[in-house]
Amino acid sequence: MSKIGTIARRTFLIGSAAVVGGVAFGYYAYKTPADNPLLDDLKEGQAALTPYVRIDASGITLITPRADKGQGAYSVQAALIAEELDVELDQIKADPGPPSKAYYNTALAEESVPFAPTDQGFAAETSRGVVDAIMKFLGMQVTGGSTTVPDGFEKLRYAGAVARETLKAAASEQTGINAASLKTAKGMVILPDGQALSYESLAPLAAKIAPVNDVTLRDPSQWRLIGKPMQRIDVVPKSTGMQRYGIDFEIDGMVHAAIKLNPQAGGAVHGFDATEAMKMRGVHKVMAVTGGIGVLADNTWRAFQAAEAVTCEWGAAPFPAEQAEHWSALENSFTDAHFDNRQRDDGDTDAALIGADVVSAEYRVPYLAHAPLEPVNATVRVTDDRVDVWTGTQIPRFVQATVADMTGVDVKNVHVHVLMMGGSFGHRLEDDNVRLAVEMAMQVKGTPVKLTYSREEDMTHDYRRQIAMARGQGVVKEGQVETFDLGIAMPSIISSQMGRQGISVPGPDATIVQGAWEQPFAIPNYRVTGYRTPELAPISSWRSVGASSNGFFHESFLDELIHAAGADPLAERIRLCSDDVSRKVLETVGEMSNWSSDLGPNRGRGVAFTTSFGAPVAEVIEVTNTEDGIRIDKVYVAAEVGTVVDPVNFDNLVKGGVVFALGHAMNCEITFSDGAVEQTNYDSYEGMRMSQCPEIIVRALENGTKVRGIGEPPVPPAAPALANAIFAATGQRIREMPFDKHIDFT
Amino acid sequence: MRLTVDGKTHDVDVEEDMPLLWVLRDEIGIKGVKYGCGIAACGACTVHINGEAVRSCQTSISDVDGPVTTIQGLGTPDILHVVQEAWIEKQVAQCGYCQSGQIMQAVAFLMETPDPTDAEIDEAMSGNLCRCGTYPRIREAVKLAVLKMPEA
Repeated sequence: MSKIGTIARRTFLIGSAAVVGGVAFGYYAYKTPADNPLLDDLKEGQAALTPYVRIDASGITLITPRADKGQGAYSVQAALIAEELDVELDQIKADPGPPSKAYYNTALAEESVPFAPTDQGFAAETSRGVVDAIMKFLGMQVTGGSTTVPDGFEKLRYAGAVARETLKAAASEQTGINAASLKTAKGMVILPDGQALSYESLAPLAAKIAPVNDVTLRDPSQWRLIGKPMQRIDVVPKSTGMQRYGIDFEIDGMVHAAIKLNPQAGGAVHGFDATEAMKMRGVHKVMAVTGGIGVLADNTWRAFQAAEAVTCEWGAAPFPAEQAEHWSALENSFTDAHFDNRQRDDGDTDAALIGADVVSAEYRVPYLAHAPLEPVNATVRVTDDRVDVWTGTQIPRFVQATVADMTGVDVKNVHVHVLMMGGSFGHRLEDDNVRLAVEMAMQVKGTPVKLTYSREEDMTHDYRRQIAMARGQGVVKEGQVETFDLGIAMPSIISSQMGRQGISVPGPDATIVQGAWEQPFAIPNYRVTGYRTPELAPISSWRSVGASSNGFFHESFLDELIHAAGADPLAERIRLCSDDVSRKVLETVGEMSNWSSDLGPNRGRGVAFTTSFGAPVAEVIEVTNTEDGIRIDKVYVAAEVGTVVDPVNFDNLVKGGVVFALGHAMNCEITFSDGAVEQTNYDSYEGMRMSQCPEIIVRALENGTKVRGIGEPPVPPAAPALANAIFAATGQRIREMPFDKHIDFT
Repeated sequence: MRLTVDGKTHDVDVEEDMPLLWVLRDEIGIKGVKYGCGIAACGACTVHINGEAVRSCQTSISDVDGPVTTIQGLGTPDILHVVQEAWIEKQVAQCGYCQSGQIMQAVAFLMETPDPTDAEIDEAMSGNLCRCGTYPRIREAVKLAVLKMPEA
């Protein structure tokens, strides 16, 4: 590591400690019971041992502060605590807990600051602003960036261990038996004579003694749960219709709300006429809200119908009205004036390109909606001195602060109850749904208002995945890739997203090149440059963030160069790979897919590799060029995460990530016309259907030293692997998503 | 209007064109039936009428001509339907929001086609969208349910 890199990393560590106060960071959080939010709210007979465990007469509750949007976060967090606490997963309840700074996300910073996993350099001067903003963000109990497992892997086990040892100390005090002679299992302390004391019975005494903080985590060889197939704690309710999501929330006296926002998002509302709507059955009230109108009614459907019936005069969107203008802005961004960062600049790329036979290509990816199946929603009750918010959110502390600000109610009296989410993919990192529900609830104080977005409002007033373009130039020599020069242009995701939370982010944005600049390849002349397009339509984090576009750019262009060199796509990647752990991932996917075998006529296979969120993932896709179009036959995935916590959930998330990525690559885009989104529902934004779903074969690798999350990393390599397979089967290079603009799929 | 849902009779006073989905969710309180799109494009709202799978978001209450079964009437955590058992054994759900509709679709399909081919499964289930991408596990669960189904 360079000297500047060393200094910067140390500054980052100290800085983060200073920002978070040095107590809630890492596992030290458990050693500061004073910072324990559950102590504020304890009832008689309850003991709060750590911020992650609550035990009372009714049972054991594990606090799982990372939100569950379908990725199994509650289960995986509970399992990490239970591993050391010695409870079974069917003995506990999981509760996301209150918003609190004790639940800092300490892992989120790593991907956001421009350190490569292999420490290849760091633009300290220019990155200071980003680090600053990230520090503010990570203090905010955010769920995102595939960080739930990396963030919790040690600290949740410590939480369980501290709780266990404290319960043993309580049992020791009660019985007079030395704690070293006590064992624990299935939620009980076992005495030497076999007598068992339940944790629940020990809780009142455990509350009175100092927590035992001097604990050692068990060796992996002793793990009961981690690494073994688990039954997710929500699988039964989710298979019987009993799981309740935000949209299902009900409370006495609640009214139903709908909105109709300016289709030209962010444009003015010049006026509205609610005469017809107010005549409709069940309609209580129509009111102006930010960006449009809101309706209160006695039923969701009636509120939807009434919102439709309100006629509005809209102003224009504050961004270009037509899609072609968005593309022009990107096309014009590859200039010095738009330069954002260049963190990969190996060899002498300029010199290598002069006079050489240069291979060039240009790539495009469109805006995308998150479109989780559960439309965004929020239930809010505002009174003069207390606000309650019930919603599925990945940013509970932002929500709490925002609501306090809007209502003037002290932040301590703003209660955010985080509910299960029916998907997110990044959508619930935003909080407009809460803001609008609060606006309406403030007009009917004391009455709970449940705002449900229609699918159309959800899809058209989403903050989209970034639109992006890339231009590649390269040179091959003697059958090898010698020069790789990739420029990527997009608006800044970080600046758009954090700007909405009032955080300004100076300096470069590492996400513009995320998934491209930090790849473990030793190409002699290797350069990746980020260009910042001025903000167009506002954008947001979409599953795998910058890597969702940049994995496609990098791996498509690398494939073109390898083809130009006449080399084998997998063998050349393996040859270029400079990281042992990553090389193993590539070799494994080659072995899984029997890469060198002959596929027969009209068939082809493609490979792609992307490291994102610290996890190297390689995918091989096999396709057949049928008379009805391309059929995706098989996908092989090798994914490296250090340690797999639950192999079942791992397999499910990897397959889901592949389906998600391929579906959008095949047929999804969000485009603008007259300033409005043209795709309003799943009929024009289909994704993958079951009949198109390939067989997906997954293998986990555990050679890396760090534990990684798997929610996002399977996404980036899927689209380029498909494009490369289509090229292999048809000779046609597809350089633009969605691919169905250029080729049919069965 | 009188409606039989999951074996219980309900009298509801609603507009004739109110979709069954919203009668179930907001008037009767059966929240296991989900709203996803409102245009019969996602299948999250699938219920049975006379044993046939229908999209309740596009079925006006006045067109309901028989008893309605929802996911909550199909089985319970204590007395599971075999398709639910299969869904649990294969751990299909991620966010789970589409799974009520997926299961209701699969049950109706297997009643008509107790020994389906892979292609028939794909075709029958392709109207049900899963944004999390659980299709590989849905396939496995349907096949497991075929094995579990009592012989007719």
